[in-house]
Amino acid sequence: MYKNFLRYIISVLFLLGVCGQANADFKVGFVYVGPTGDHGWTYQHDEGRKAVEAAGIKTTYVESVPEGADAERVIRQLAQSGHDLIFTTSFGYMDPTNKVAKDFPNVKFEHATGYKREHSNVSTYSARFYEGRTLLGHMAGKMTKTNVIGYIASFPIPEVIRGINAMTLAAQKVNPDIKTKIVWVFTWYDPGKESEAAQALIDQGADVIMQHTDSTAPVQVAEKAGVWSFGQASDMQRFAPKSILTSIIDDWAPYYVERSIAARDGTWKQQDTWHGLKEGMVAMAPYNSAMGSDLVKEVEQLQKDLASGKTHSFTGPIYDQKGNILVADGSVADDGMLAGMNVYVKGVEGDIPK
Amino acid sequence: MIKIEKRNDVSPSIYFLTPILAIFLTLFGGGIIFYVLGFNPIEALKFFFITPISDLYGFSELLVKATPLCLIAIGLSFCFKSNNWNIGAEGQLIFGGIVGGGVALLFYGHDGFYILPIIILSGAIGGMIFAMIPAVLKTYFNTNEILVSLMLVYVAKLLLDYLVVGPWSNPEGFNFPETRQFSEASRMPVLFDGLRIHAGIFITLITVFLSWLILYKTYLGFQIKVSGLSLKTAKYAGYKGKTMIIVVFMISGACAGLAGVGEITGPIGQLHRNISPDYGFTAIIVAFLGRLNPVGIIFASLVVALTYLGAETAQIFLQVPKYTGQVFQGMILFFLLGSDYLLFFKIKFLGLKKNEL
Repeated sequence: MYKNFLRYIISVLFLLGVCGQANADFKVGFVYVGPTGDHGWTYQHDEGRKAVEAAGIKTTYVESVPEGADAERVIRQLAQSGHDLIFTTSFGYMDPTNKVAKDFPNVKFEHATGYKREHSNVSTYSARFYEGRTLLGHMAGKMTKTNVIGYIASFPIPEVIRGINAMTLAAQKVNPDIKTKIVWVFTWYDPGKESEAAQALIDQGADVIMQHTDSTAPVQVAEKAGVWSFGQASDMQRFAPKSILTSIIDDWAPYYVERSIAARDGTWKQQDTWHGLKEGMVAMAPYNSAMGSDLVKEVEQLQKDLASGKTHSFTGPIYDQKGNILVADGSVADDGMLAGMNVYVKGVEGDIPK
Repeated sequence: MIKIEKRNDVSPSIYFLTPILAIFLTLFGGGIIFYVLGFNPIEALKFFFITPISDLYGFSELLVKATPLCLIAIGLSFCFKSNNWNIGAEGQLIFGGIVGGGVALLFYGHDGFYILPIIILSGAIGGMIFAMIPAVLKTYFNTNEILVSLMLVYVAKLLLDYLVVGPWSNPEGFNFPETRQFSEASRMPVLFDGLRIHAGIFITLITVFLSWLILYKTYLGFQIKVSGLSLKTAKYAGYKGKTMIIVVFMISGACAGLAGVGEITGPIGQLHRNISPDYGFTAIIVAFLGRLNPVGIIFASLVVALTYLGAETAQIFLQVPKYTGQVFQGMILFFLLGSDYLLFFKIKFLGLKKNEL
């Protein structure tokens, strides 16, 4: 009896000690694939980190971590050096994140854009960027004179194909004659390749350019050529003030703050998050007045409807390139279908690289 | 008047001590940089050079990082010693990885002790064949091996890109640019539970020993050294220059290929676009820092590997930019070349003579 009581006291004291310490030293780590000054993907993640810092939580980041053998060590070092929550912000960190998570059950992990949650302390998160693409498609369909929309694509993964399809569907709705031309560059960030691709698309008659890559090169090429363009990941307006109609902004800040506070307060739970315009993870930069106030109003309304759920980016009837029905009239594509999307819709030119 | 004279008597002990001097000068220079950035220099250097290897895991990671660097640098030393400038070890590494990885995918789902040796051997052969391209072009068509080997790096990178995006991509991987994870039988056995250090380190050690044997105990090694010192002498002695050029490139390529296969079957476990963070280029620094000597290269690879780990810990604990690691590598090379210059040349300050005015 006496012994048990003593044991109880000791364990309570120990727990108090551990908890007290954990709260005081609570730290959040971030692993970035690029430099924080890339004005695109990593830049936006770092803006999110700064918001966590502003909320009074200590943060650490490691930038330009290659997606090879080094990633696992960096993630492990963050876990080992007392970080309680770690955001790994690139797809290539998927396996290393899960591997380290296994060895650090008390540390929470959040992996961006992946699909593996092998342990209960791993969550995944991504944004419904395709909702932004729907808005882009609407604008592109209205603004194009040549009826050719140029699209610079990175890798034929579902996320990219979803963007192409969402854009094409929205453009067709306002302009049934449009065609989407695609150049695959097989990189996320290569200003040289991206500008070549943009130029090639313009030469093929595209007068609206958009890209699913991270550099500012395509908008700069568009500005020079006098065609319309859209920014990606961050507001790229200052790189092409005349040409940019708007930018899709990845806003990770609210999510990072929410999850960091949850982890600190002990309410963090594993989840798979897919937020969009509604939650603010996808945001739009100010619309360019050059497209006319009527169109701006239309797009703003569409943005509201997408956010409220009144409109869905993938509302039937949707056909594939061969004319087979993908989504029946009156229904909308479910998340499962969106997550594994690997066919083009009608109106997209070419084949998905295999 | 300043006059620069060549020194004729450079003692071998000083020749091998200057790299150590270069490292100390780098520490000193690094300390100054940290001080200017507003950190306590001793503290910062401790985070950079001590903290990463203060536990068993860190030490194992140091070896994981040094293994490919050492292996490639050993191979490069054959080329550099004989005045053949193989700059494309990165491409040979990638091509070795492609061939080895292809074999690993071929054996996907199979089991057997013979699988891993076949993969390792095919990786070495892959790197060897890829290195023979600049060698054959040099010997028979008089091309410049620096340009050819360097340009082939991009060929290998693009080939890898093509394979992991297209024909070899994981069928269950949602089109992400990577292959399947290799089966257990295709993976390098890990030496200790919980650490990443794998059997590849034995391949490196055996290679170091063999290369020492070849360089210092065989006729081929003698030929390599003579050709490096004077091509004319080698010709006069009747050495078959063309064969030797091809052989040193083959050795170098095989080593790089082994490094590639060690990475993909070791810590990575699959093929994707980032199998090497430019090990093939960093190994050039390692080869020269190690004085093209097998034992020197072992130490040099550990030092350079430490600058990588240090850059990571310094970033985590001090939030200095990741590129400090590259600054340190640059400083090491700078101080080494600088002290080499002073080693081989004498600078004389001569007073101006009156009649010269």
